[in-house]
Amino acid sequence: MTDTSLIARLRDSDLWWSFSRSPLTVAAALVTLLFVVGALFAPWLAPHDPFDPRTLKLLDAFTPPAWTADGRPTYVLGTDNQGRDVLSAIMYGGRISLLVSLAAIALSVTFGVGLGLAAGFHGGWVDTLIMRIADIQLTVPAILIALTLDGVARVALPSTVHDQFAVWVLVLSIGFANWPQFARVTRATTLAERSKDYVSAARIIGISGPKIALKHVLPNALGPVLVIATIGLALAIIAEASLSFLGVGMPPTQPSLGTLIRIGNAFLFSGEWWIVIFPALALMVLSLAVNLLGDWLRDALNPKLR
Amino acid sequence: MLSFLVSRLLQAAAVMTAVSFLCFVLFNFVGDPINNMVGQEATPQERAELRHALGLDDPVPVQFLRFLGNAAVGNFGKSYRMARPVEQLIVERLPATLELVFCGALLALLLGLPLGVLTALRRDTWDTRAVMTFSLAGVAMPTFVSGILLIYIFSVECTGWVAWLGLPTSLCLPSFGRGDTVQIGWWSSGLLTGGGLKAIILPSVTLALFQMTLVLRLVRSEMLEVLRTDYIKFARARGLTNRTVHFRHALKNTLLPVITVIGLQVGGLIAFSIITETVFQWPGMGQLFIQSVQFADIPVMAAYLVMVSFFFVTINLIVDLTYAVIDPRLRVDRARAAGNAA
Repeated sequence: MTDTSLIARLRDSDLWWSFSRSPLTVAAALVTLLFVVGALFAPWLAPHDPFDPRTLKLLDAFTPPAWTADGRPTYVLGTDNQGRDVLSAIMYGGRISLLVSLAAIALSVTFGVGLGLAAGFHGGWVDTLIMRIADIQLTVPAILIALTLDGVARVALPSTVHDQFAVWVLVLSIGFANWPQFARVTRATTLAERSKDYVSAARIIGISGPKIALKHVLPNALGPVLVIATIGLALAIIAEASLSFLGVGMPPTQPSLGTLIRIGNAFLFSGEWWIVIFPALALMVLSLAVNLLGDWLRDALNPKLR
Repeated sequence: MLSFLVSRLLQAAAVMTAVSFLCFVLFNFVGDPINNMVGQEATPQERAELRHALGLDDPVPVQFLRFLGNAAVGNFGKSYRMARPVEQLIVERLPATLELVFCGALLALLLGLPLGVLTALRRDTWDTRAVMTFSLAGVAMPTFVSGILLIYIFSVECTGWVAWLGLPTSLCLPSFGRGDTVQIGWWSSGLLTGGGLKAIILPSVTLALFQMTLVLRLVRSEMLEVLRTDYIKFARARGLTNRTVHFRHALKNTLLPVITVIGLQVGGLIAFSIITETVFQWPGMGQLFIQSVQFADIPVMAAYLVMVSFFFVTINLIVDLTYAVIDPRLRVDRARAAGNAA
């Protein structure tokens, strides 16, 4: 298939049609893209390197945003208590936030879809065992589970080691806290697919069970998973920021958006509002944009609403 | 009905056993409890004696049963950080959290339910669109960000505006702590004093915001679905007034799944109060828990988890039973699905 026909196919698809008809969704996609580009290319795009101590000037600390009376054009959104450029810190922070939440969701999807597929396809005691565990975990809110896992990691690892692995501890905590939703959805669609003729046909020609599950059933079960994964990504961004804000996520040496808000919160009362408000706005806009994309995807993939 | 009751009770028991087992594992095997209790200079013999005195050299099943027995009577040992019995610490902070959760749930319900009905009845008007856009912001906004923004507007910036208007600064809202409290037995209440009531406004609004948007969206979508059904058309055909159709026939049937979700959300409120309490330095259980996570204070963590899961399980059980009482068809599965979709 050539390039042009792929683009043509995309342009003719229902998904593109509903996408281009919703200006809000297009705006959300653009904002998300902006964040992703800003995060990916932060080392090249950011006006300053906020983590290179040589370029930091303590004299520049607490510079307000450029448009205020005391502002300076080099620091568009002002600087924090150590003279770090707030805009650059947001770009680097968004990088960590996106990295953690994407990796966490990838983990939840792999884990949840795998277990859901096994439960739905195998049935019997495997199904009962996996789904009971999912039920039990769903009784407790995900944020509490992530907090607990993080706390355990804190006890098990010495603090210097912990700071080094903070990213992976967060990914594991958030990723593990969210698998049951994916398992439930995958199981439900797998159950529906399992009784269809193509599965029986595959069985008759002698294809092994696991191969049918992975190659034939799984692709048909992925639609709803994609929807929850998008909404789950927004939730993971918020979860990461919440944990970092609570002081149990990313350390101040590698701040995510949540850590930046935690640091800035201390200066809210003394009048340096820009240190906390800009990271907070960035987080809000990012989570809103991803949420909007998820909402749109849910409606666009729902045949009942067409 | 009886088999339903028994299966629910069994599930609740399973959850509690699983959680207490996890807490037990946490308590006994993550880090060495002896190391956490004695100082650096304790001799090996002293350590062994303490180990024996605490029963830490018994077989694991025996230890687990003892842990369960102690937990059942509310004995969770001593906090590593504050060297005080954990149950004392929790009981001290319980009222603050429960009052916050109560006010938050009340606010979420009192705002979410009417707004949901309103936006379902007045489709495609500008006020509905405004409310829905606002609710989307509520879903996307992390709890701590809304808390910080509220503090910035109503506690920080407010002083400037109030001074400019020549009004007393007492019009601005306090941004941390519980204000004045009254002691009633072991319960310290902030709801009976002016200062206490003023202090709970911002935290409870922060806590309620997210839950309110959930209730709003759920009530709206359920109501829209019910309004499309045949019996509503029939009620209209019978010439009943709009009022009767909407509130007698439609709203009643909307409320079934809403009850389930609200019940489950109370559990969520307890969990999210951890964040709200941190933002507003609210001296509740959530703050205690987050401090215990930061300092690896395992007994407090374990006790908090067991207690909160107990709350969740009890609430779930009550919700399921209420549901069975209200809805004679016992559509448990549908309610669960609705709860998770939200």
